[in-house]
Amino acid sequence: MTGPLVSIRDLSVTYRRDATSFSLRNIDLDIAPGERLAIIGESGSGKSTLALAVAGLLPPTAAVNGAILWSGQLQLPRGGRDIGFVFQDASASLDPVMAVGREIAEVAHTHLDQDWAQAERRALELLRRVKLPDPGTVLHAYPHQLSGGQRQRVAIAAAIAAGPRLLIADEATSALDTIVQAEIVALIRQLVAEDGMALLFVSHDIALAAELADRIAVFRRGEMVELGKANAVIQAPEHAYTKKLLDAHIGLDAEPMIAPVGHGHV
Amino acid sequence: MAMSEPLLAVSGLTKRFHRSGTIVTAAEDISLSISPAETLALAGPSGSGKSTIARLILRLIEPDAGRVDFGGENFLALRGSALRARRARLQMVFQDPLAALNPRATVARVLDDPLRIHALVSRSERPSRIAALLQRVGLSSDLADRYLHEISGGQRQRVAIARAIATKPSLIVLDEAVSALDVSVRSQILELLLDLQRTERIAYLFVSHDLGVVRAFAHRVVLLEGGRITEQGDARAVIDNPQSAIGKALVAAVPRLTTTIQERS
Repeated sequence: MTGPLVSIRDLSVTYRRDATSFSLRNIDLDIAPGERLAIIGESGSGKSTLALAVAGLLPPTAAVNGAILWSGQLQLPRGGRDIGFVFQDASASLDPVMAVGREIAEVAHTHLDQDWAQAERRALELLRRVKLPDPGTVLHAYPHQLSGGQRQRVAIAAAIAAGPRLLIADEATSALDTIVQAEIVALIRQLVAEDGMALLFVSHDIALAAELADRIAVFRRGEMVELGKANAVIQAPEHAYTKKLLDAHIGLDAEPMIAPVGHGHV
Repeated sequence: MAMSEPLLAVSGLTKRFHRSGTIVTAAEDISLSISPAETLALAGPSGSGKSTIARLILRLIEPDAGRVDFGGENFLALRGSALRARRARLQMVFQDPLAALNPRATVARVLDDPLRIHALVSRSERPSRIAALLQRVGLSSDLADRYLHEISGGQRQRVAIARAIATKPSLIVLDEAVSALDVSVRSQILELLLDLQRTERIAYLFVSHDLGVVRAFAHRVVLLEGGRITEQGDARAVIDNPQSAIGKALVAAVPRLTTTIQERS
């Protein structure tokens, strides 16, 4: 067994405008090669800040203390090459005036030293891998011509185009409807398994995290309050806050909140 | 038991949009009804027409065909002051209160608007009415002078609910009104809505993509696909045993806490 892919050591992040409040505070966390790790939390938990910090995408105004080691070294991972990032809003992350094939090919051209013909063939292959119908046509389509789910598939294709070792998905399915969300989660699961990528899956949805992840880290107000195997966190949570999150989850087996209305309907 | 008169009765509601040469059917022959103090959910995938139907009922968009009876009146035929008076009884709460309400207004101003526009209480009584509304939705009256961007998302949605109930409505359209809230806040907002339903006999048209919440919160559900109703009935009966293909697909796609999959490929 090799060492961790990412080692986060005593990481604290503050945004300078308010240096007394921490977005992240003293985080220690490893991401193993090939593992699926979910980061869950509510607004202000710091979960997205952690994802951005790992990817080196924090704004210059953020003050960062501690270390993020990539494969045991202090060198920064190369964004797009070592780490692929999928955001919530694919229409914001894709160039609206670039054909999606070109957008994907650009990643391969930039990071894999491929000429444009090779990169375009790679883009076509990736569109097939993310299961877009009629990839030959989609290659020349623009983001606005695709549905939200299709755009997210394109964003995933671009994120994995250079064969990264870590895929970060930050609320990547939150804006999608339930059926499309399930399809995208299944796709991400398949892709990380086939390519041996590690997955950092950031979500507010504890049930979604439970379905996808090997391990779950629970964040609250910038602190990691619980970390464990997904089964253990779900079935035997240790921290009161994790229990609160689980109690607040309204699944298909939840007790009805209402009393029945006393009259019939056709 | 006698059937109560429906508060809202919709029949044959149809709306088509023309987009770049093609016709998109957003609502096709929609018929549904809501009784007083009842919650009817509209659920379905993106593009199924659930928000369009809610907006048609609110008359934020006008239908191509169909009839909406609200409180025993032909709601679509109302104009002018009659429409304004009726509209006070039909309110709405959307997903994003910062987009739905004036972000440059204080909480007091947001609540004062409906009281003033509908002339519900005299000018001198309005401050105490605002304080009472804030109290009713579980907010401190200290918040009255704050701006919407200064308070939390959950507090903002409480303000949106306070505004909705200011005109003593009999029906509130809740369009994904709890979808963007943190889960711990969401439960509190749902409890508040249920309490208002019990005490004020408010009916809800609850537009939601979340079948778990629909099953727990709504009495009945209408499942939609492509602007058409695919099935409807008791919320728990439909969701526990869906009959339509889209109903089965929607239920199957809900993430489940109990079926944690731990295989590693």
